[in-house]
Amino acid sequence: MTHVFVEGDSAETGPAITPIKRLKGRETAVAGPWALIWLKFVRNKVAVVAGIIILVMYLIGAFAEFLAPALPEASKPQFTYAPPQELHFFVTDPDGTSRFMPHVTGYKQEVDQASLKRIFTIDPEKVVPIGFFVKGPKYRMWGLIEMDIHLIGPLKSTDTMYLLGTDKLGRDLLSRLIYGTRVSMSIGLIGVVISLTLGVILGSLSGFYGGWVDLTIQRIIEVISSMPTIPLWLGLAAAVPLTWSPLQVYFVITLIVSLFGWTGLAREVRGRFFALRSEDFVTAARLDGSTERRLIFRHILPSLTSHILAVVTLALPTMIVAETALSFLGIGLKAPVVSWGVLLQEAQNVRTIATAPWLLIWPAGAVVLTVLAYNFLGDGLRDAADPYES
Amino acid sequence: MAMLRDADFRKPDAPSPDTVLSVQDLSIDFNLRTHVLHAARNVSFDLHRGRTLCLVGESGSGKSVTARALLRIIDRNGAITSGRILLRGGKGSDIDIAKLDERSRTLLGIRGGRIGLIFQEPMSSLSPVHTIGSQIVEALRLHQAMDKRQARAATIELLRQVEIPNPETQIDRYTFEFSGGMRQRAMIAMALACNPDILIADEPTTALDVTTQAEILDLIKRLQASRGMAMLLITHDMGVVAEVADEVAVMRYGRIVEQGSVDEIFHDARHPYTQRLLASTVRLEQNPRALTRPAEPAHAEAKPVISVRDLSKFYGASATLFGNRGKGVRAVESVSLDLMAGENLGIVGESGSGKTTLGRLILRTVEPTSGTITYNDRNGHAIDVTALSKRELRDYHRDVRLVFQDPFASLNPRLTVKEVIGDPLFVAGRARGAALERRVGELMELVGLDPQSMERYPHAFSGGQRQRIGIARALALDPRVIIADEATAALDVSIRAQILDLLLDIQKQLGLSFIFISHDISVVRYFCDRVAVMHRGSVVETGSAEQICTAPTEPYTRALISAVPNPDPRNKRMLHRTRFTAEAAP
Repeated sequence: MTHVFVEGDSAETGPAITPIKRLKGRETAVAGPWALIWLKFVRNKVAVVAGIIILVMYLIGAFAEFLAPALPEASKPQFTYAPPQELHFFVTDPDGTSRFMPHVTGYKQEVDQASLKRIFTIDPEKVVPIGFFVKGPKYRMWGLIEMDIHLIGPLKSTDTMYLLGTDKLGRDLLSRLIYGTRVSMSIGLIGVVISLTLGVILGSLSGFYGGWVDLTIQRIIEVISSMPTIPLWLGLAAAVPLTWSPLQVYFVITLIVSLFGWTGLAREVRGRFFALRSEDFVTAARLDGSTERRLIFRHILPSLTSHILAVVTLALPTMIVAETALSFLGIGLKAPVVSWGVLLQEAQNVRTIATAPWLLIWPAGAVVLTVLAYNFLGDGLRDAADPYES
Repeated sequence: MAMLRDADFRKPDAPSPDTVLSVQDLSIDFNLRTHVLHAARNVSFDLHRGRTLCLVGESGSGKSVTARALLRIIDRNGAITSGRILLRGGKGSDIDIAKLDERSRTLLGIRGGRIGLIFQEPMSSLSPVHTIGSQIVEALRLHQAMDKRQARAATIELLRQVEIPNPETQIDRYTFEFSGGMRQRAMIAMALACNPDILIADEPTTALDVTTQAEILDLIKRLQASRGMAMLLITHDMGVVAEVADEVAVMRYGRIVEQGSVDEIFHDARHPYTQRLLASTVRLEQNPRALTRPAEPAHAEAKPVISVRDLSKFYGASATLFGNRGKGVRAVESVSLDLMAGENLGIVGESGSGKTTLGRLILRTVEPTSGTITYNDRNGHAIDVTALSKRELRDYHRDVRLVFQDPFASLNPRLTVKEVIGDPLFVAGRARGAALERRVGELMELVGLDPQSMERYPHAFSGGQRQRIGIARALALDPRVIIADEATAALDVSIRAQILDLLLDIQKQLGLSFIFISHDISVVRYFCDRVAVMHRGSVVETGSAEQICTAPTEPYTRALISAVPNPDPRNKRMLHRTRFTAEAAP
């Protein structure tokens, strides 16, 4: 073989690259861990969309009174099981020209003589003009400020608008669903906060100290996770005093449930602690003279927070599903509280589903959408949680 | 010899009958998120029957990618953008591997059939749930259409060829029952199963101990000669190159910068990068300490800084809940050492010899089973380290510091460099605020980093720079002793030399003592005054670095030293090495 070489160019100082995007080397060099997590997270488009959905859900819950066209308890017996009305933006005048006017079409009522059932049919002739920011029924925003402006509603207060239909008492499903969002989205949070606190504290102790501390905590976890939850909940629901308000009862039940639900999180945290405890940088910090408290709070827990956030995001939907399931069984929330589970409970029998399928579809859809969004968000967060692995 | 411009560099020669594979103008691109990485640029070389081409380069030079492209097993985001890989000979005409479809039958036939591949990591490239034999039998049955009985017989023969003792019984063993060297032998047997024309060995001995490395290289070389295969050996170790190569191609940033016969490369290197690479390798063969520092007779009277007596660590020997488990593992057994002030003490040994455990025992991050460690502090008080409480141990750890092997795992990625280096100062309450920043700046300058970059996070630094950060952290508290545990093992050879020079320079300025734990004898020879050789938990020999490296007395040390590849092709050391049979040792 002949001896050949490139004529002395040692000018090259790095690998040959062709940039696609403008390189932000300078910026990522000083970017902290949260900035890196964010950069990695926004690359996952599905998770971002899921995050936006969750955010919208909480906004709906927060501004329920303003967003709902009617009050959740306002019933109109003449409109029981009225089907959803379609929203139109243009009306055709008798002379054939169309003009912009948001409206819904009214109902024509007939009574079936054989079964004495009221049958609603959409009447395209009957136009109910609607508007945005209209005056409607009075409410107290967050129970404090008296207001009567609604985002959307019929212009005349005597008119009715049922975009998602009505239930057996003639209550507007859309309004009830919006009010239900507030209860359903927030009720899991308290449970998760309690689970989180217990899980992180006990998991950290277990993982950091190991030995008999770990042994004791792990055996306790095993005992707790072997308890059957549904019979326990049923028993607790029966033991709660009847004088308590339904919401109070539910808070107590979630509290007890979360006292049993911290075990998964504790195990997750313990596993991470075990892995991190033997990392070189933790040993280095120990040799630097850090106390145990400083090791945990300065070096180990910050490496865990993003993981914990991801686990919590994945734990929230189970809480929401649990609420729905319990309410559906009749041991969770009860009327007059409105939640997705309570709404689903009303769609329990086959006859309702046959005559008014919207009572099942919309609340169930809300639950599925939320749970899916939470799961995608949680997956995205979990992938982004460690921005330092390649 | 020819000096060529970049453009017409390495035009393909007319194929000689010996050429089995020629790579022409091969370019490989990787599509990364922010940029396209040109991992290989216009790479050309030929492989000849019975000859070995070594592809040398530091990490990221594109040598592995090039080798993997020959079998078309590069990662999904990479693609061959130009060039030809011509596989010559065989039954039909030449095959251009670069043009074949990923799933084509021809390509599957070439993989394992005509080109065999040995990976670096023998544990992860063999399946842990199948026996060694069944994996080779599978390769045979796939490519050679043998029946089960024939394949088994052929496998036993192969295992015999790769010198696995008792192949009839070993064939039914699982991977985890084999040692690293044995696994690599099995891997070689698998690669050879179908009599390939070409053997590609990707860092085949990097994960192995030096004596095992010598055996494996020896074996590969002999098998290659007897079978007349062409071999492409990928390595970063110039010593290995000198021992086995016929021809050498030096890669840097995706290009072959210099190519020639092994003698030309080692004794007539023309490209500045090759010259630099050789210089840093050869330099490690010398000891600058011996030249700059005359032997000080004062040592005899002076008190050692750290004195270790009869230190032992047994694992699993204690009685457990279910009764006594027996003897357990003796990680370190009756080790006695002295570290003098201003001295560099090297501890060498192969993996599992207990050298890392010894380091941890001296720091007491691992509790010794028996023995004493005495530390003579600045005021001359002798402190019994084994009896220190947690609080007192903290003071000891300010004087005796550790530098880690892995520059990536040892820095908390969530803290800025300022916080990493300043952490020991902050914890000790030595400095706060502006004073802390000033001190961190001084330390960064001391280790050759720009103090301007102290607000950056570790991920913005290269491996060598991170190791400097780790050293700065160790120096923050004005220590007296630094224990460096394989501190240069994860670094490329040119950066390794820089880090060692930095440590020597710092030592001169600050009067430190080092305990330098390493498996790499050339590094120890370069850096240390005295060396202790460890084998199976005990120190077998202690002496000056020169004496250990040139005139070892113990048989184990002799075998160890003679197995170290010599970066001079005119003076191959490994082939004349002394062997040490481990079975004969107690």
